[in-house]
Amino acid sequence: MKPQSSYVRIQKEWDIVGARHVARDMAKELGFGIVDQARVATAVSELARNIYLYAKNGQIIFEKIDTMESKGLSIVAVDSGPGIADIGEVMQDGYSTSGGLGAGLPGVKRLMDQFVIQSELGKGTKITTKKLVR
Amino acid sequence: MRIPILKLHDYLLISIQTEIDDKTAIEFQEDLLDKIYTTGATGVVIDLTSVEIIDSFIAKVLGDVVAMSDLMGAKVVLTGIQPAVAMTLIELGIHLQNIPTALNLEQGLIKLHQELGE
Repeated sequence: MKPQSSYVRIQKEWDIVGARHVARDMAKELGFGIVDQARVATAVSELARNIYLYAKNGQIIFEKIDTMESKGLSIVAVDSGPGIADIGEVMQDGYSTSGGLGAGLPGVKRLMDQFVIQSELGKGTKITTKKLVR
Repeated sequence: MRIPILKLHDYLLISIQTEIDDKTAIEFQEDLLDKIYTTGATGVVIDLTSVEIIDSFIAKVLGDVVAMSDLMGAKVVLTGIQPAVAMTLIELGIHLQNIPTALNLEQGLIKLHQELGE
């Protein structure tokens, strides 16, 4: 019996790759198709990179959803970083403070089925996402 | 882990076979530009057949390396992007416009010949 939940600490750059692997492995086990596996792994890569770049320290928690009604993967990214002052701004396509492509969070939202972001200045950010097996 | 860069006549061939982390991507960017400079290569094919994930950072590094190589006078073609990677990139909002691509290595070499008018 494989574990139903798992988490990856994000502190160093290599942890981004680690989180991506866990995401892909769990998505595969749950029976996601190859495209959804790529979507989930890419979304996790973006979330992990955000933690690494902006908060320095955080974690990504993976939990399998396996009920009568639905099957899928819940992914929660939590950090105790500076928080986001204007969530509306970071959810705009093309917005970036890191010199990246600015695909970040709006991209993650499109790749996943559910996306909720909570953030408090000086306390941190929590992003809750879900992808369901179709 | 550094990505090997092979020289074939005036071309450089790269097949990315490893999981790319940020550091590997940046090192690759530097290595490729160095190699273009030292070999005088006019064309480069970067084959991504074995790459399962391209996120926004890796995409930016790839896009940048194409533009940088172009400045130095070498044309780059990206080949072998998998269907799942293509779908994910577009949904993520990354369009990699103005970047020459081809289905596979063979088509990539044909494209280079055309672009370079050989």
